Amino acid sequence: MSAYWHCFSGIVMREWLRFVLQRTRLLSALVRPLLWLLVFAAGFRAALGIAIIAPYDTYIPYEVYIVPGLACMILLFNGMQGSLSMVYDREMGSMRVLLTSPLPRAFLLASKLLATSLISLLQVYAFLAIAWLYGIQPPAMGLLLALPALLLVALMLSALGLLLSNAIRQLENFAGVMNFVIFPMFFLSSALYPLWKMQEASPWLYWLCAVSPFTHGVELVRYALYEQFNLLAMAVCVGLTLVFALLAVWTFNPQHAALRKAN
Amino acid sequence: MHRALIYPAQLRPTLLCKALALGAALLAADPAAASIAWVSNEKDNSLSLIDLQRLEVIDTLPVGQRPRGLLLSHDNRLLYICASDSDRVQVMDVATRKIIKELPSGKDPEQFALHPNDRWLYVSNEDDALVTVIDTQTSEVLGQIGVGVEPEGMAVSPDGKWAVNTSETTNMLHWIDTSTQTLADNTLVDQRPRFVEFNRDGTQLWASAEIGGTLTILDVATRQVLKTLTFQIKGVHPDKVQPVGIKLSADGTLAFVALGPANHVAVIDAKTFEVLDYLLVGRRVWQLAFTPDQKQLLATNGVSGDVSVIDVERRKVLKSVKVGRYPWGVVVTP
Repeated sequence: MSAYWHCFSGIVMREWLRFVLQRTRLLSALVRPLLWLLVFAAGFRAALGIAIIAPYDTYIPYEVYIVPGLACMILLFNGMQGSLSMVYDREMGSMRVLLTSPLPRAFLLASKLLATSLISLLQVYAFLAIAWLYGIQPPAMGLLLALPALLLVALMLSALGLLLSNAIRQLENFAGVMNFVIFPMFFLSSALYPLWKMQEASPWLYWLCAVSPFTHGVELVRYALYEQFNLLAMAVCVGLTLVFALLAVWTFNPQHAALRKAN
Repeated sequence: MHRALIYPAQLRPTLLCKALALGAALLAADPAAASIAWVSNEKDNSLSLIDLQRLEVIDTLPVGQRPRGLLLSHDNRLLYICASDSDRVQVMDVATRKIIKELPSGKDPEQFALHPNDRWLYVSNEDDALVTVIDTQTSEVLGQIGVGVEPEGMAVSPDGKWAVNTSETTNMLHWIDTSTQTLADNTLVDQRPRFVEFNRDGTQLWASAEIGGTLTILDVATRQVLKTLTFQIKGVHPDKVQPVGIKLSADGTLAFVALGPANHVAVIDAKTFEVLDYLLVGRRVWQLAFTPDQKQLLATNGVSGDVSVIDVERRKVLKSVKVGRYPWGVVVTP
């Protein structure tokens, strides 16, 4: 048991060190959602005060609506960045070091997922703290309840990132992940607009958004932040996390194409 | 008779006891819920009753055509309703929720005010440029006073000396001397004054101007303007700022102004006349009412068809409760 703990804490420590040593990473993780909040959302301030949407009890300015989506945006970028670091580790050989551990591979990968998720949570709460100072103040209990929801969403997205990393052959392909995964996922979700707005625009868009895993992640966090529970979102997130994680472990190949050639 | 045959004898008392206990529990829980908001739905010809503890509509009552202004008798036993398109003021018994009387209000009554003597009702007749004074006890019309075009807002000073009416088109406040029921003075304010409210000690009169987008505070003794306030809300076009309903807190510290299609309620420091905050509510906010403890303020949102409940101390909108179509007036019974 202690071996597992030792291994897990080692992996968390490595992620933590990597996070602390790359100060710009925290900054860039915060700048992105803050730009959306302070610049983009400010312009659309009055755009949404026209209907009451669950879980809110009353009318809200756009800034309030967008915050859960932006919190999940941090998780999305970090999840995908995790996949980037997997590719990097593979190329640099540090993955091989990790895999010399006698512990099961699934455990190693799960630890890695959890480690990156925990680091993501720190960034999310840093963002929520700034949003709080800006005047977006969900109930204190909601901030606490959002913790497990955020962790679950972080795990789901990291697992997806891991799965993708198995498919990426080279570091340079990360730009493709940006274009084909992050942006479509973020825009085709309830992060920026409520689904009924999408439905007004086009039923096709609405359906794409409604089935998006990211939408369910955002809604789970949104409900939790306002002390409510969204069963459907929860079920989808748990299910997808398991599916992504299993697939990721199953398709995992520690050897990079380049290394294989070298061998 | 049949039931007595079907159920074993020893079971019946138990069931009865349970039913009684449940009934008693329900009755005991009810008085705590007491405070009720009465909201007039202009398009539905009805009143919606909101339980202010549960924040839910508990009853909907049919009333006359196009109900707008509402007010309570001083003992909270009678509710007066301006049924604008029925051309009358209806009187509802709060306890039984039944209309018990109708008063001859003159044409198209919209807003009204009750004299401190609890008898004289001053009603503005929008189409006739008149203010009608009715004795609520005898249902007699005591007088009709000619005022500006499209009279609208109505208030009586706490000492009962003045009744003030606003005329939407003439842009004036008309000061009626209640001892003679005649017009004594006029004050020009900004375009389309819609609502007036005296402060508690009767030294100030607050008047909103819908098109002008301003709020004017007057000194009652001199009838001179003390201050004219304007409103600027981030992200809202100035044309949409159309002040209507005003409420002043009993302790004289705060004032709240409904800003119509700007969808916000302004919070004002009643001493320094500074705008402290803007609270987002539903679409086209009309009128406001405090709960008896002044801890909450209700705002009727005409276009979105709901009532927003505001926490006065935290200055936060707690919830918006769906009511009928075009809610207009609101009063609260303890």
